[in-house]
Amino acid sequence: MNLRSTRKLGWNVVGIAVFVVMAFPVFWMISTALKSNDQINSLSPTWFPLHPTVSHFSDAIHKQYFVSDLVNTLIVVLIAVGIAMVLAFLAAVALAKYRFRGRKLFVLLIIGVQMIPGIGLIIPLYVMLAHVPVLGLNLVGQLSGVIVVYVSAVLPFSVWTLRGFLLGIPKELEEAAMVDGSTRIGAFIRILLPLVAPGLVATSVFAFITSWNEFIFANLLLQRQGNQTITVWLASFTGGSTFVDWGGLMAASTLIAIPVVIFFLIVQRRIAFGLTVGAVKG
Amino acid sequence: MGAAAEAVSTWPRRRPLTWRRARRGSVPYLLIFPVIAVMAAILAYPLYQLVRLAFQRYGLPELISHKGVYVGFANFTSVLHDGIFWHTLLRTVAFTVANVGLTIVLGTLMALLLVRVSKWVRILITIGLVLVWSMPPVVAVQVWNWMTNVQNGVLNYILTTLHFGNFDQHNWFASPFSQLAVVTTLVVWGALPFVAITVYAALSQVPHELVEAAQIDGARAWQVFKDVTLPVIQPVLLILTSLSILWDFGVFTQAYLLIGQPQILPSNYLMSVYLWEEAYFKNDYGRGAAISILMLASVALLSLMYVRRMLRIGEVDR
Repeated sequence: MNLRSTRKLGWNVVGIAVFVVMAFPVFWMISTALKSNDQINSLSPTWFPLHPTVSHFSDAIHKQYFVSDLVNTLIVVLIAVGIAMVLAFLAAVALAKYRFRGRKLFVLLIIGVQMIPGIGLIIPLYVMLAHVPVLGLNLVGQLSGVIVVYVSAVLPFSVWTLRGFLLGIPKELEEAAMVDGSTRIGAFIRILLPLVAPGLVATSVFAFITSWNEFIFANLLLQRQGNQTITVWLASFTGGSTFVDWGGLMAASTLIAIPVVIFFLIVQRRIAFGLTVGAVKG
Repeated sequence: MGAAAEAVSTWPRRRPLTWRRARRGSVPYLLIFPVIAVMAAILAYPLYQLVRLAFQRYGLPELISHKGVYVGFANFTSVLHDGIFWHTLLRTVAFTVANVGLTIVLGTLMALLLVRVSKWVRILITIGLVLVWSMPPVVAVQVWNWMTNVQNGVLNYILTTLHFGNFDQHNWFASPFSQLAVVTTLVVWGALPFVAITVYAALSQVPHELVEAAQIDGARAWQVFKDVTLPVIQPVLLILTSLSILWDFGVFTQAYLLIGQPQILPSNYLMSVYLWEEAYFKNDYGRGAAISILMLASVALLSLMYVRRMLRIGEVDR
């Protein structure tokens, strides 16, 4: 064996070690979820479930409020993402396909807004939603309050990402369509929309994940049990008791992570570089 | 598109502003209007409210009557004279430095490792990274809770088995330092995939010939990295660092949930936890608003760099 391949082998060993360390918590979550209680509570842990059981999963699903909070989450996330995508797409078209006065200011706004940590706005948003100006509504404790917050939370990011996808479409295609006698709107619907569809899917999936994972605002605004989102439900799983049903907790965690993991695997490649795109050439 | 047509039709030099042209010119504004409206309502208005609240006494009675009492700078003086605020600020800065440093250094090392391993190992690591990346923070918190459990947490077991000392029944949440160290492992673990994969992508821009030429000239690995690789990936590292500073300075969920409500004390506050406890928990929204403004001001300073860089990109690729 020459020096080169020895070195490669060494790097591979290090690489596998890194993989094991990074992936271990995920593995441990799933492994615990499948173990029997005896095995979980044993003082010397075993790595794999000896007799895999799905009883923890059915416990988690049947635990109080799991289903209702899951439904709440789906309602909140789907509505928020739906609204945000429509609005973001329109703005992204303006940024990618038009030159206009104030464009630079708008870009500055979109980027700058993403830098505001949500936690800094919990106070005024809470006060505002407790008594919505003009309308006089109280949206604290309502899903609609959370929806409103999530729409604005995913908007800037979505505009910026969709703009990137739109820029990727060759201008010639649009022009060709217009030469064929289409109006700008016609060219847009027939040419642009199908081309940008994958980008639209990727962006909305990413917005879906962001809202699905959100905890701070859901925890702030939704206090009544059974009327919360799934992250708040999971955070209060142990309920402050000293005895913790670790199997059930890990099963619930797995269930909540699964949709995110699946979605993320689909779009990761498309989205991963959104935040730093162009940084290299810039 | 119509550059030539435009040049021909420049006579008369000023075309009258027709209804049609005015309508076309307003299209981009119509397109961005909904986003502007939503951001004005959910971001600009709350920011304005935040400033107003900071100068008011606004507690539970005021929340119910929707009317604060103007108190001038009282909230700011109260916060700035609060020893807890300064300790928390210092602790949060230290926490941020530790977390950002670990994330960037380990992430870059991981990216360099990805270049050097065989293809199947690279795929394996990437799958692991994407898996970690996609874990919801609240889920990760619960897994950490379980792994660091005093009685039969797997961390104590592994450390004892590997002869790092006797960690039997070791309580990882015994001291503020230890608590925040555990939070750090969780935050860094969650942030590493993004950094590693982004730096790995940047590394592909490093010219291969340059690296080989340097190696032939007898440069050591460290020299090659410093003089050839680093200048190429520097812009990306800069952006990743400023983003990480922003995120880590505002860490809330991990610290708040992992340490857990009864154990959340001034001795382990991070800035956002302090804000939550002072404002929301104690129902003092005026004081909380003052804290928020001080926090946002620090973050704004930190983020200027990132915004300027991204803005330049936004202009270039139009």
